[in-house]
Amino acid sequence: MRRTTCTVLAGLLLAALVAPLAPALAEEILLPLIIYRTGPFAPGGSGIGGGMEDYFALMNAKGGVEGVTFKWEECETAYDTARGVECYERHKAKAIFFSPLSTGKTYALAERSEKDKIPLLTLGYGRSESTDGKTWPYLFPVVANYWSQASAMINYIAQKEGGIDKLKGKKIALLHLDVPYGREPIPILERLAREKGFEFRNFPLPSPGIEQSAAWVDIARRYKADYTLQWNWGASCTAPYKEMQKVNYPIEKFMSVWWCGSEEDVRPAGEAAVGAIAAAFNIGGRQYPVMQEILDKVHKAGKGNLDTERVGTIFHSRGVVHGIILTEAMRIAIKAKGKPLTGEKMEYGLSNLNITNARIKELGAEGMMPEIKTTPENHGGISGVKMIKWDGKAWAPITDWIQPDVAVVSDQVKITAEKVRAEKAGKK
Amino acid sequence: MPDLLFAIELTISGLLNGVMYALVALGFVLIYKASGVFNFAQGAMTLFAALALVGILARVGLGLAIVFAIAVMVVFAFAMERVVLRPLVGRPPLSIFMATIGVSFVLEGVAQSIWGAEPKGLNLGMSARPIEIGGVYIGRVELYSAAAAAALVAVLIWFFQKTTIGLGLRAVSDDHEAALSVGISLRRVWAITWTIAGLVAVAAGIAWGTRLGVHFAVVLIAFKALPVIIIGGIESIPGAILAGLIVGATENLAEGFIGPAVGGGVKDFFPYLIALLFLLIRPYGLFGREIIERV
Amino acid sequence: MIYRETGVFHAGYREDMRIFPLFLDRAGMALVLVVLFVGVPLVASEYWLKGLLIPVLCYSLAALGLNLLTGYTGLLSLGHSALMAVGAYAAVIAYGRYGISMPVAFALAGTMAAAVGFLVGVPSLRIKGFYLAVSTLAVQFIIEWVMTHVGWISGGVHATINVPPLRFLGLPLDTAGEKYVLCLVVVAGMTLFAKNLVRTKIGRAWMAIRDRDVAAEIMGISLFKYKLMAFMVSSFYAGVAGALLAFAFYQAANIEEFTLASSIRILGMVLIGGLGSILGSFLGAAFVVLLPILIANGLHVAAGLSGGLVRTDVVANMELVVFGGLILFFLIVEPLGLARLWKTFKDYLRLWPFPY
Repeated sequence: MRRTTCTVLAGLLLAALVAPLAPALAEEILLPLIIYRTGPFAPGGSGIGGGMEDYFALMNAKGGVEGVTFKWEECETAYDTARGVECYERHKAKAIFFSPLSTGKTYALAERSEKDKIPLLTLGYGRSESTDGKTWPYLFPVVANYWSQASAMINYIAQKEGGIDKLKGKKIALLHLDVPYGREPIPILERLAREKGFEFRNFPLPSPGIEQSAAWVDIARRYKADYTLQWNWGASCTAPYKEMQKVNYPIEKFMSVWWCGSEEDVRPAGEAAVGAIAAAFNIGGRQYPVMQEILDKVHKAGKGNLDTERVGTIFHSRGVVHGIILTEAMRIAIKAKGKPLTGEKMEYGLSNLNITNARIKELGAEGMMPEIKTTPENHGGISGVKMIKWDGKAWAPITDWIQPDVAVVSDQVKITAEKVRAEKAGKK
Repeated sequence: MPDLLFAIELTISGLLNGVMYALVALGFVLIYKASGVFNFAQGAMTLFAALALVGILARVGLGLAIVFAIAVMVVFAFAMERVVLRPLVGRPPLSIFMATIGVSFVLEGVAQSIWGAEPKGLNLGMSARPIEIGGVYIGRVELYSAAAAAALVAVLIWFFQKTTIGLGLRAVSDDHEAALSVGISLRRVWAITWTIAGLVAVAAGIAWGTRLGVHFAVVLIAFKALPVIIIGGIESIPGAILAGLIVGATENLAEGFIGPAVGGGVKDFFPYLIALLFLLIRPYGLFGREIIERV
Repeated sequence: MIYRETGVFHAGYREDMRIFPLFLDRAGMALVLVVLFVGVPLVASEYWLKGLLIPVLCYSLAALGLNLLTGYTGLLSLGHSALMAVGAYAAVIAYGRYGISMPVAFALAGTMAAAVGFLVGVPSLRIKGFYLAVSTLAVQFIIEWVMTHVGWISGGVHATINVPPLRFLGLPLDTAGEKYVLCLVVVAGMTLFAKNLVRTKIGRAWMAIRDRDVAAEIMGISLFKYKLMAFMVSSFYAGVAGALLAFAFYQAANIEEFTLASSIRILGMVLIGGLGSILGSFLGAAFVVLLPILIANGLHVAAGLSGGLVRTDVVANMELVVFGGLILFFLIVEPLGLARLWKTFKDYLRLWPFPY
């Protein structure tokens, strides 16, 4: 019994050590993907990871990007930062980018990646000030950062109220997980409250934030918030819908960050969540040609990377957008700098993105994602979001792209980036 | 005075939460009562039970689904006794506690590979619209849970006080060897205890699943139950209920009245502060057995 | 083994009381240290250093600290990683914000954590066992809350402070090898200290308290003094370990790395490695840090071999099952942990090949 266990363990050990040495084919590049299919945030990790892989598989089926095909290896991290770092170190020799999919890993990898010249794609994740390419040359938020998102949500409220001056005297509450991610929009909302004259208060929920009754009684009955934003994650995104019914808070006055705007977030709440509103930088659904192709060429061929019924969900579509941005950056990099791709060339590609609506249409994703333009100084992040609404079956957009208050957000980015630069330099 | 109404509402919603905490705490208490083991896996068991229920609910009716979930937990209880507890007989409680940590990893892994990690809704056809009594809203799910908890507690107390098996369980918790010497089978008692804890997990899983949906976060509710069992006394069933109510109400009031002054988010550690206070003044809890013990 | 205890005679107390009374043991340890200090940085790739060895070293130190408390004094703590957070923030604030040199920053990290540990230890005078564990859990939650909510500590809503480039007494520490050596120096020094500490009056008093506190008290050991001391020393180790992690591994002090889950992991390290064993702390840390990585890689190879028949999320979940299963396996088959396993192995070798 003991001997067999030892043999099995030894075998596993050997296999594990040999695994990273498997040779890659000439035109095939290995993409190490940091994801999490287990733990409390599994739906996001598996959805985005699966979507990204589906898009790469689609590219493979169509002959690759500029002749380059892909092979990928997942690193399951269960959302643990140390495991992400291990994955990074294991693969960094061959990697041309990493997508850490968590704020903690972004922090731990930021400086390493700068030294190793491997860009980090932090699409939709934290560190709003990483928009500033001079402070963080290897971090790429690309789409709207949290501050743009919060500001755009305020602008959406203004639009509903009939003008930005109508915000005066309104009460806006932020219900958020009491972790760095949840606290990120606070400075920008405080500043907007001062400048636009509305009242703002935050209601922190200790992680995991599933028990919200006290916060809701307060929001609805004492503070009497006119609007409530939520900055939660996972189960804490779902909990509000039933809580707000209990305190009779109208669902149309409540809107969610995009991490709370997926099918997985509202479906468990059933009827209570019908009419939920969320921000989004990617629109779900299977109507887009690119999704049809993924269904035809990847999932029908038995090469799908997550359950077929999840194709076209918000998280899956977010993964596909990841894939589109990455492959576009690869095209730009290969055209300008030639093959083989390296981290440095990817950095060039990601900081010179120009994905126009015409190009998005060519890619079969018209309306699914915003136009994207980055420069070496501006890694994207100050751009708009669409508001989407849950009708019980799907999330559908109810607005066009809503822009944030560009001046305020860029100023906030500038101030914070300076502080971070000082922190990175240390006191001499 | 609006603050008074606010306080009343906070208290009521807190009390109802408290009952739901107590449901989870009951599982801990049961296992501690019968085997002196602190069962870290109670949260994972709740998730497992809830996922088993939701997984089968798509195919059969609610009644059958509950039967299925209970059956799954019975199988689990016997497996637990055979594979984990039996080899650990006579080991210090700390080892068994660690073993339950291992068990919770296994349960989470197995549950999520069978039923997937996506959150699932659990709809028992209850309306989420609250009942309004004198301007105060009360959630239905919580109300039914409270009724279920009350019934469960009554049954459990009857079971422990009046039935032969229940008496056997109490004997084992008093003294293993004495119990063995009068012919009580330790194996059978453990299997039964874990079965009952499994049943409680099914009940807690249904209550929390209806309220929040079924997914990984259910595991984390276990941490809400810890201060409850400290305050109530780790081996007292009525204590768990009363302490659950205390925790639910005070944490809500703390968040509502102390929270704004200090930046909020005090709700999670406040029950622990109360528990700490209890530990200093009355270490055996409200209803725990007062044991003169070396400290 | 190629050597025996027989024929080795000690002529004085000094010789008899050495950590390694046998010459060959000493030589062996010296060899291990030479390999760790010189060999490993020369041979190991960056991946081994940065991805595996540095975290293992840092967590070993944390586990060692907890082992002093749980294994030697018999007090259970579920708030160990919060004390690591105290150390991490203290060190990064001192080093980054105030330009205090690194050795002093480490000392400060340890001292701050020890001060907090003192407070944590006070309830232990009245309660113990599982109850004490819950009171340390309270500490875990309260420290996390303070770290995120006090602006001066957290430095803003992110509660994350970046670590500026490392310099140790004027020498820049850039490469993986240099950071590894920094960790190794700190860990080796503190391990030696711990090894000696548990052999002094203090260590013996701790063990007496663990084995039977009433008896210890009757023998004239002040429970008040020694229990608090255990908490403070253990917290000092936690603080330094947290500072090391922030400096050499995470490159930022981030509260999200010091949660309850990580406290439980460290407790797991101590229990798997072996309660009351210095070596066990290292084995346990290595086991807990490396095993999931090995399992994940191994399972992926297996999934690859099966030709994609196994779904990847099942693979990911199986990892939990295997990890939990191994914890159970060790508890059932070898409850005294890996350290005991090692000792059994040594005893076996001692008589090999004539086991009679």
